[in-house]
Amino acid sequence: MAAESARGRRQPWILLSPSLATISFLLIIPMMFIVVYSFWLRTATGADQVGFYLDNWQEVLTDRYYRDILFQTFQIAFYTTVICALVGYIPAYFVANTRMRSKTLLLLMLMLPFWISYIIRTMSWINILGSSGAINTFLIWTGAIDSPISMLYNQTTVILGLVHYLLPFMILNIYVSLDGIEKNLTEAAQSLGCNGWQAFREVTLPLSFPGLAAGSLLCFVLASGTYITPLVLGGPRDAMFANLVFEAIVTQLNWPLGSALSLVLLALLGVLVAVYSRYLGVDQIAKSFR
Amino acid sequence: MAETRNAVELRNVVKRFGEFTAVQRMNLTVPDNSFVTFLGPSGCGKTTTLRMIAGLTDITDGDLLIRDKRVNALPIHKRNLGLVFQSYALFPHKTIFDNIAFGLKYRKIPRSMIGEKVKRALDLVQLPNVGDRYPNQLSGGQQQRIALARAIVIEPDVLLLDEPLSALDANLREEMRVELKRIQRELGIATVFVTHDQSEALAMSDKLVVMNNGMIEQEGAPEDVYNNPVSAFVADFLGHSNIIAGELDGPDQEYMPVHLSSGETLLTTRQQAGRVARVEGSKSVRAVIRAEKIDLSTENIPQDGMVALPGRIKTVDYLGQTARYFVTVNGRDWQVINPINAHPHAEGADVFMNIAARNCVILPGHAD
Repeated sequence: MAAESARGRRQPWILLSPSLATISFLLIIPMMFIVVYSFWLRTATGADQVGFYLDNWQEVLTDRYYRDILFQTFQIAFYTTVICALVGYIPAYFVANTRMRSKTLLLLMLMLPFWISYIIRTMSWINILGSSGAINTFLIWTGAIDSPISMLYNQTTVILGLVHYLLPFMILNIYVSLDGIEKNLTEAAQSLGCNGWQAFREVTLPLSFPGLAAGSLLCFVLASGTYITPLVLGGPRDAMFANLVFEAIVTQLNWPLGSALSLVLLALLGVLVAVYSRYLGVDQIAKSFR
Repeated sequence: MAETRNAVELRNVVKRFGEFTAVQRMNLTVPDNSFVTFLGPSGCGKTTTLRMIAGLTDITDGDLLIRDKRVNALPIHKRNLGLVFQSYALFPHKTIFDNIAFGLKYRKIPRSMIGEKVKRALDLVQLPNVGDRYPNQLSGGQQQRIALARAIVIEPDVLLLDEPLSALDANLREEMRVELKRIQRELGIATVFVTHDQSEALAMSDKLVVMNNGMIEQEGAPEDVYNNPVSAFVADFLGHSNIIAGELDGPDQEYMPVHLSSGETLLTTRQQAGRVARVEGSKSVRAVIRAEKIDLSTENIPQDGMVALPGRIKTVDYLGQTARYFVTVNGRDWQVINPINAHPHAEGADVFMNIAARNCVILPGHAD
């Protein structure tokens, strides 16, 4: 009996071991390396000095430069998220309520951009907005302008690129919660005296809020952590926090500083996810990937 | 001036979905204070008709009147209707109180009165203390009571019930059936009830409307429709019937013989035969005998206006209070449902099927 129950107690751990091993090797252990790195010090000679130094942390937490870029990062991520939510709700509503037989096809079309590299998709804006891009060429051809207008390399194009990248995540999340709303609910609301808009406000919108929130969290986190979009579409003043990490690690080969920077971003986004999870629950995000 | 008005009236109402005609030229009235049931198999148009009355589906042709006003183009939120769905359709993000108060809020009822009215509605459905709970904290039966309370609190002109009991389990369903009928009587509210369950339909209705293929097959008091089906469809759909082709014979007299195609002869009444006699002298008919109107006996006791057919019991289904038999007579199986006295008849037993002339319903032959 005792042996059997011991085996019974072990069994869940045996079954969990592949996933625990994967998570440990790919996530937890590398993360610990980063934590350890952040306390090392890069010397003037370019070598890393092993030890426990707080210099990187002091620099990252006190230098105004980093704080300003962090603020700018969250600002861009916030605008991106709001625009995605506003622009994404309409197609999500359409797909959830369409009577077309090709609903699956519409969903597949939403996923279609993911088949093309994110970098290529981002760079495509250069061909549209650039000085010899589609818009400028057209305007010069019609005679509306004489020389190309400069549209690229500012905060607006960064936000545009991020919206382009993140919109499908938002649409998918909103779609899932809209699709789960029973059709009879709006009919019931209307039978009780709501017009279409009032029924939307009273029933559909509040019930789709979990999807809206999940999509927003996903967009905000992904936007905050991106460095390719500002690299390709932003100007010198539009750097985001991940660009600093990129700069420190890839350009300056200053791993200790890069580690400290990335841990700051990780911690702040972690707090955001924790707050979200406390009030709304993270399981909603998982639903859209089923 | 106690003239009965119609809560709802349909005049030549047609509904087409593309090429498909869901409802064909329907004429129907729902009198004030009455309980009218649409009964039929799925796809017969009963739900479509209900949705047209509700304003959830628009009408292709014809007129729909609610309280003598043509409402074809009136949107749903301006028709004063109470709607109850099979799936309850309570707002999951609102408390029970807010669910019931919802319609009152949109009717611009002052706050002070809303509380009073919600309380009365909760009392009526016998759930007085659930106001601050959420729908998912209630059982299915309780949720349906709340859905009903929400529909009646606005004092609608008509109460529309779309299979409201179908999602409940059997015992609860019967309890709710009694409850629903009590509330409807108490409020005297004109009610349209859609169901595919014949026992619900028979038990609850003042008027039963049997539908098939987008048309009304028969309408009338439940007892009338049950005892005197006008078509093979109704005879077959309501209860279990034996439908057999035959020929009506002999002079016009009280009991008239019907020679069945399988060789036996039954008796029917002049009144029954009269229903088809007008169909220009055609003698070819169909006899409809309900399974529970055949009496099985082991001995043949001759009676006036009664025929006893000898047969042998092929199978017995024991159903508790009753038993269902298949009795073979000249190679044809008859369905018989009889109450059980002490023991059901045994399989293989020789019995007599006693059929009274008044229970032999005559329909025109070759109709379909």
